[in-house]
Amino acid sequence: MLLNVESLMIDRGERRIIRDLSFQVRSSEALLLRGRNGAGKTTLIRAIAGFLAPTSGKLTLEGGHEEMTLAEQCHYIGHLNGVKANMTVSENLGFWGRYLEPDADRAAQQDRLETALETFDLLALEDIPAGYLSAGQKRRVGLARLKLADRPLWLLDEPTVSLDTASVAILAEAVKSHVASGGLAIAATHIPLGLETARTLELVPNLNLDSTGAEADAEAW
Amino acid sequence: MGAFRQLLMRDIQLALREGGALGTALGFYLLVVALLPLGLGPDLKLLSRIAPGLLWIALLLAALLSLGRIFETDNDDGSLEVMALGGLPLELVAAAKALAHWITTGIPLALLAPLLGILLNLEFQAYGPLVLTMLAGTPAISFLGAVGAALTLRARRGGLLLALLVLPLFIPTLIYGITAITSVTVNVDGGFSSALSILTAVSLGSMVLGPIAAAAALRIQMQ
Repeated sequence: MLLNVESLMIDRGERRIIRDLSFQVRSSEALLLRGRNGAGKTTLIRAIAGFLAPTSGKLTLEGGHEEMTLAEQCHYIGHLNGVKANMTVSENLGFWGRYLEPDADRAAQQDRLETALETFDLLALEDIPAGYLSAGQKRRVGLARLKLADRPLWLLDEPTVSLDTASVAILAEAVKSHVASGGLAIAATHIPLGLETARTLELVPNLNLDSTGAEADAEAW
Repeated sequence: MGAFRQLLMRDIQLALREGGALGTALGFYLLVVALLPLGLGPDLKLLSRIAPGLLWIALLLAALLSLGRIFETDNDDGSLEVMALGGLPLELVAAAKALAHWITTGIPLALLAPLLGILLNLEFQAYGPLVLTMLAGTPAISFLGAVGAALTLRARRGGLLLALLVLPLFIPTLIYGITAITSVTVNVDGGFSSALSILTAVSLGSMVLGPIAAAAALRIQMQ
């Protein structure tokens, strides 16, 4: 499988956030996005997830499922967790499991739910309404979605926010095993995830419409 | 279709658990209708003549209170983004959420209406038609309202804007809802069934078109 990004250009209003970006991510590969605030990490991830339409350029997943869109083949972990305060942890995750994999049979869905709870150390919190959880615990519930459905491409936007070191290690382990089993992962993070093999892509803020690269940007500052 | 059902069940469950939206809508409906006779005076003939119109208008306003919440909570906590990446098309996501709104708000309001009819001295033979027309007409409120809710999702203080956007769309429902009931009280031959048919047609039409428009608006809002 190969995620192919070809001369991607993304505008938000008048501002060109991403200019002529090309890169590839293969199976069993993780890509870390680096860059200052406003460099376009979130924009790039949201464009891959299909929330933003690129101005020009191509975004394709070669070797993926033919009848599915790119968005349906990725897990997106954004700034928000997608967790309902009025539902317990297992109700939250149970719903996402059934929603994201509606065709799987009940036993398989239950298995996945248990794996997800176990992987992200949520078994003790299973029956607690998510509204009572701490920020880091809520984040873990959000991340547990990764284990509820098989999606080849993981898009993680600042996944380590409010996580403690132990939880960061859990996440790193999950990403590692996903990548080791042939998955793709793209993560925007300032904290090293412990992914030694990951490649890094440095994004440069594109502040000036006429600028062509880093130097012109420095002048604009 | 499995994902549609799951989403519908979840939204109904959440609405019942949170309770606030339904309680507010029912309480508002009760209060508005209870205040009207106080404002209009104890003229029973006048009240019973304008009762269908008052009941419908108060119902529209009560339903409007909770329309904004159709997508708001899911947008605020990020659930909407995850839903957009599921296999279920966004049109069906919008349809499931509008349907859940109808079940948890439209139906209870329609069932409360005959009780409030007593306060307005509604004529005896009009109670059946009242409930029937409201059950047939309220889906239009939820499904057209979903379009407005999606359009005003990211607008700050979108509540008033939502009312401005969607209230005009409810005019056909209002007109034919009231026509159906008055045609029973003043005995117009065939008036009830034709008005009810149009009312149902408006609801069915908005059940098809509403989710498509709402999904288009959601796609823009999620950029």
